Amino acid sequence: MNGKLLEVGGLHKRFGGLVAVKDIGFSIAAGEILGLIGPNGSGKSTVMKLIMGIERPNAGSVRVAGTEVAGWPTHRIARAGVGIVFQHSRPLHRQTVLENIKLAMLPDSLLRLAAAPHVEARAREIAERVGLAQVLHRHPPTLPFADLRRMELAKAIARDPQVVLIDEPFAGLTAAEVKAFSDLIASFRTQGRAVLLVDHNVKGVVALVDRVLAMYLGEHIAEGSAAQVMADATVRRVYLGGAIETHARPELDARGGKPLLDVQGVSVLYGKAQALQDVSLHVREQEFVSVVGLNGAGKTTLFNAICGLVPSSGAIAWQGAPLRGRSAAAIARGGIVQCPESRELFGEMSVRENLELGGQHLTPADRRSQLDWLFALFPILPQRERQAARTLSGGEQQMLAIARALMMKPRLLILDEPTLGLAPVILEQLSKALSELRRTTSITVLLGEQNVTFALPHADRVYVLEHARIVWEGDPARFAAEAGAGYL
Amino acid sequence: MARILRSPLGWILLLLLAAAALPWWVSAYILGVLTVSYYFGVFAMAWDLLFGFAGEVNFGPTFLIGLGAYTAGILDNTMHWPILVCAASGALVATLGGLLLAVPALRLRGPYFGLVTLVAVLLLQNAIVIFAGVTGGEIGMNVADVLSIDAATNYWIGLGFMAVCGALLFGLSRSAIGLILQASGQDAIEAAALGFNVTKHKIAAFCVSALFSGLAGAMLVFYEGTASVDTVIDLAIVVQIIIAAVLGGRRTILGPAIGAILLVVGGEALRPLGQLNTFVVSAIALAVILFFPDGLLGHVLRRGERE
Repeated sequence: MNGKLLEVGGLHKRFGGLVAVKDIGFSIAAGEILGLIGPNGSGKSTVMKLIMGIERPNAGSVRVAGTEVAGWPTHRIARAGVGIVFQHSRPLHRQTVLENIKLAMLPDSLLRLAAAPHVEARAREIAERVGLAQVLHRHPPTLPFADLRRMELAKAIARDPQVVLIDEPFAGLTAAEVKAFSDLIASFRTQGRAVLLVDHNVKGVVALVDRVLAMYLGEHIAEGSAAQVMADATVRRVYLGGAIETHARPELDARGGKPLLDVQGVSVLYGKAQALQDVSLHVREQEFVSVVGLNGAGKTTLFNAICGLVPSSGAIAWQGAPLRGRSAAAIARGGIVQCPESRELFGEMSVRENLELGGQHLTPADRRSQLDWLFALFPILPQRERQAARTLSGGEQQMLAIARALMMKPRLLILDEPTLGLAPVILEQLSKALSELRRTTSITVLLGEQNVTFALPHADRVYVLEHARIVWEGDPARFAAEAGAGYL
Repeated sequence: MARILRSPLGWILLLLLAAAALPWWVSAYILGVLTVSYYFGVFAMAWDLLFGFAGEVNFGPTFLIGLGAYTAGILDNTMHWPILVCAASGALVATLGGLLLAVPALRLRGPYFGLVTLVAVLLLQNAIVIFAGVTGGEIGMNVADVLSIDAATNYWIGLGFMAVCGALLFGLSRSAIGLILQASGQDAIEAAALGFNVTKHKIAAFCVSALFSGLAGAMLVFYEGTASVDTVIDLAIVVQIIIAAVLGGRRTILGPAIGAILLVVGGEALRPLGQLNTFVVSAIALAVILFFPDGLLGHVLRRGERE
């Protein structure tokens, strides 16, 4: 046992042909807080699910206080002393906060109809500890977001788990709330629990953690103190890419393209979480604009607000006319086409069918020529023409998603995180295709990226999005000097 | 008196008392309609335990009802046991049938659970036609004994049966088990992460639902004196139970009973319209579901919750 409450070794998980987690191992002692970080698609959430038994590992061991629990069903692992705080949860809406906390303490029995008498007092005590004393008898739908997160925390610790897993502890919270939550999580240390914090980046957890483990594409890439991990060359390459190079097109500024898209003071709330706060940006005709920001900064929300997919406040103008009140479909027909982060391909349809669907509104001749042009731009696609989209590799799927968006002949192409979960060699191919696109056409592009190296070379202008707000704007040449250091 | 009117329990008791007094006021025909509606009320409440709490859409409530009804009827005709023993045996067989169905079906996710339960209904329907020798096949089966030949007595038995089943199911839904069940239905992964064996609780809920459905089916047979595919198994009955539960209010247990009574009584009241009566009742039910998706009782409760 040697004082380690959670020991993970040689963990492997495959989903079909995709290796999501490859030989991950770490241990957490009582009173220790470990940060597990990695960009979207790195496998960090899968590791958390494997520990909790929500997914079964293909190989490896998970030991809780010396007991091997790998492969156990979730409820037994929970009973063995592991608690988890989910990022999104669905509490019981018809029960009060207190009843929701009491739920966590009920026995897993079909015969005990009522809770044990001590449960009530203990639930109150926990509610008080996490700061819910004032709202004990309110119903969850009436609570502010931070209180809902508090309630999840209370539920997770209600059965006094030795190991606590927390997914994105601070997502959607204000600075003051982050402080209160940090204090709460820090108190687990004195209570002798082992804590695993899962987050996109070191920045979010740096103040709390004793050690950090960084993952990328399912693999362990660095481990050590927060400072060591942030300085690690591999980590910097994963988050920022390699050396930053830029090829701005100064001629564009001189031409001063006409404004195409103008976003003014746009804010978005997800329930009670602030996903976007007073964001303003503009894109001129033929410009290539990159919005860079870590996962969770609000890039996807911004794009969805522009495309009319999520309700927002503020003003968005397209070619001088406001977009408010127009449906998502009308906006897409108007020329703003998004290639979403999740790609949204039609998995059972062939590559060609996916593309033809994108060009549905074109005349047959137009469709033919557009298809030829795209097949030249992405030479891998004609080779896969008859294959079902879901059987393509990640990189090929991304190229198909971009090609399908281009079939719609957009005035403005919005690319949301095209590099998500792709290996470096694929990134190069994708980057080449984007260069080609920029060189040979007059298309306007708005790119959202976490990977700065990928985002910068093509960009005419760059915005940095952090915690739901734009914090920097400028040309890519200045990025490294002014914004690069504070980015991670 | 004022205190009684302020508590929901007081209201329920007053309503039950008023309902119990009906035989002195209304005709035997109306009593007959109400009696049937009370058994339907139990069907709908048992169904709500699964749909509203465990979050599983069971398209086969009549598989369980039919098992209970036919088992009780056949035992009565062949073994000549007392009615209560036959009804209890029917409930037991329905529970076992429910268990046999739930264990494999709950391994499936999403719509497949519902499809399996739907197929079970068709299987039972075919089995009854095939074994026409004991079941009476498509024509139906007369049972040797009935609960009573007096309309008022039958009415009181039906009302009492619904009241007792309602109290038991409602109590269960408000107990610790109901809470766990509700959590499992809403977010199975989170419920498991809190240490609850979700499958075990859902199977238990299915068995409880089967027990009450089977018992109510058996009671209905002994009230009507006949069992037939059209009255206890047909898919039209499934649809009626589901509409009743949603109309009355999902996740309220008592709402579905109210919905069932309204639906049966409404259908009967509109009988002068001929073929149109089903259409009108369905249209009203549809309107309620569209505009008050929480159902009648759910809508009332929700307003209280916002305070």
